[in-house]
Amino acid sequence: MNCEKCGKKAVIVLQHGSLCKHHFIDHFESKVFKTINRFQLIGRNEKICVAASGGKDSLTVLYLTKKYLQENNIPLQNLFALVVDEGIQNYREHTIVDLERFCKDHAIILQKVKTEDEFGATLDKAYPLINKDEHKKPCNVCGVWRRYLLNKYARKYGAETLVTGHNLDDEAQAIMMNIFKANTKIAARLGPKSGIQEHDLFVQRVKPLYLCSDKEVRLYTLLKGFTIQFAECPYSSAGYRHQIQEMLNDFEEKYTGTKQGIVNSFLALLPALKETAPKAVETIKQCSLCQEPAEHDVCNACSMKEILKNAL
Amino acid sequence: MEITIFNERKKSTEKVHFSGTTIQELLHQLKINAETVLVTRNNEVLTEEEIVQEKDTLEILSVISGG
Repeated sequence: MNCEKCGKKAVIVLQHGSLCKHHFIDHFESKVFKTINRFQLIGRNEKICVAASGGKDSLTVLYLTKKYLQENNIPLQNLFALVVDEGIQNYREHTIVDLERFCKDHAIILQKVKTEDEFGATLDKAYPLINKDEHKKPCNVCGVWRRYLLNKYARKYGAETLVTGHNLDDEAQAIMMNIFKANTKIAARLGPKSGIQEHDLFVQRVKPLYLCSDKEVRLYTLLKGFTIQFAECPYSSAGYRHQIQEMLNDFEEKYTGTKQGIVNSFLALLPALKETAPKAVETIKQCSLCQEPAEHDVCNACSMKEILKNAL
Repeated sequence: MEITIFNERKKSTEKVHFSGTTIQELLHQLKINAETVLVTRNNEVLTEEEIVQEKDTLEILSVISGG
């Protein structure tokens, strides 16, 4: 199979044809930059925080955010990376090493936050004390803590935009999960600009890899020579998202373009969904303990911290 | 034919007897969804139509993050 543009050996077959290494890299970068422009994800005078872990998605989005700033003459001092060390033994320490090396090689400032410093315990120690059901995995705790710390520290370091490495696969999964569970309120917060928008306490989250699949992102990192170890979170499980992921990959293998179709349909419906969904910005409170945004008097992160404090 | 496969996810290397022709057929034999992996030979990325050769050493890389 040869590249449709130059006839050289192809590295991938996409819906519109085959591409060689050189033309795939061009195609991929162009798609990311078009996504940033189409959805106005990055502003000229904004300080930008990239949520990073050292995995394929975060290294790719970090590299391309920097490249986008350079190509658009936006000062690079506007950019920094932020990593949350959840305290998962034999996992996060490996990806952080890759991330530290990457940031050093590309002259990007890296800020680190540890859950242990913020909540008094690593995730490994905390979740059995927080989750009453001993069989329950820590993903609920991890998700709340990560979102809380990324927003809090992105804001603390002055960022107006929080770039994440969520890609087409992540979004297609999230859309289907919310549809299957009739979570229209949460679905209305998805999209290339996600979360609760236009609120002083929330840093706007944006997803430049929104239209890039897992396969395209991994291929890009491979062709660019980024060092990534395949490190699997010891808590990753065959949960609900995993089943949706398998279902979508089975469909994609049989019917190319399925994930893209889901995301495109969602983008067409999103304006209507946002209009009918309750305006979260009007109901957001401030946590009485930490002053961070909360849906109730005490935010979820502080509720967990209180349980932990009493249990330790 | 016999080929050697390194599976990144399993962190294992194994000899496999393969009676087909292409990478697509190999993934089918291994029951691996082509959407979830990249296959390389000598650090060169192979498309699914690529022909597998006798005594090939192939790497199967996961495209899905491990988190």
